[in-house]
Amino acid sequence: MKWINFLLLAVFLALMLYAASGLPGRADAAAPFNRDLSPAGTPNAASYYIHNSYKDARTPNMVTVVLVDYRGYDTLGEVAVIFTAGLICYLILSRPRKNNETG
Amino acid sequence: MRQAEDDPIILLVSRSLSPFIMLFGIYVIFHGHYSPGGGFQGGAMLAAAFILIRLTSGIRIAQLQLKSTLAGPLGALGVLIFFGTGLAAMLAGGNFLDYRFLPLAGFEGAELRAFGILIIEIGVGLAVMAILTTIYDNLLEDQNDA
Repeated sequence: MKWINFLLLAVFLALMLYAASGLPGRADAAAPFNRDLSPAGTPNAASYYIHNSYKDARTPNMVTVVLVDYRGYDTLGEVAVIFTAGLICYLILSRPRKNNETG
Repeated sequence: MRQAEDDPIILLVSRSLSPFIMLFGIYVIFHGHYSPGGGFQGGAMLAAAFILIRLTSGIRIAQLQLKSTLAGPLGALGVLIFFGTGLAAMLAGGNFLDYRFLPLAGFEGAELRAFGILIIEIGVGLAVMAILTTIYDNLLEDQNDA
C-alpha cells in the first residue's frame, strides 16, 4: 500500500506545480495585487502601504511599518501566543515543589 | 557519561562566541527600521546566545548569565512593554497602538511613530528572548536535578 502514498504525493505535486505556473510574476505591474485598485474597485491596501509607509512612520523598512504599526494589533497577538507557549511550558514541565511531594 | 563541561575547546569557543551572537541580536533588533530584522529575529538570536552557554557550560554556570527564575518575569515585562505602549497611546487620546499619541516630549507625528516602533521592537525582542530561554530551561529541568 506504500506506493499509493507516493502516487498521491506525486499527483499533489503536479497539481501544485500546475497552480504555481499560473501565478503572475512578482514584478508584474498588471497583476491584481500590484494595482492601485482591487478587482472590486476599492483601493488596494498594499499600494497604500508602498506609497505612504515612509511618510507615515519615517521608517525605510516597509515590512517593519506594516508589521508593527499598521498591523500592530496582529503582532500583539503573536507575542501573546509566544508568551502563552512559555507559560504552558512552565506550568506543565516545571518540577513540583519539594514539600508537596511528601504530602 | 562524559560531561560537556570537561572539554576546554568547546567551553572556550562557546564563551567567546556568545557575546558576538548577542551583539548581532541587539543589532538586528535596533536596525529593524532600516534592514530585514526586528524583534522576533533579534530575540531569537539573543536566546540562541543564552542557550549556547546553557548547552556547553551546564545549567548551573548559565544561571550567572540569566537566572531561570528571572527569564519568566522578563518575558512578561516584554509583553507588558508592548501592551503598555498601546495603552499609553489610548489613554493619551488616540486609538489603541496609535503611536502618534504617545506622551513623549520632543517627537512629533511620523517621528513619534518611528520611535513607537522601536519601543515595540524592544518589547518583542525581550519577550521572545526570555520565553525561548525559559522553555529550554523547563525542558531540561528534570535531568539536571537528578
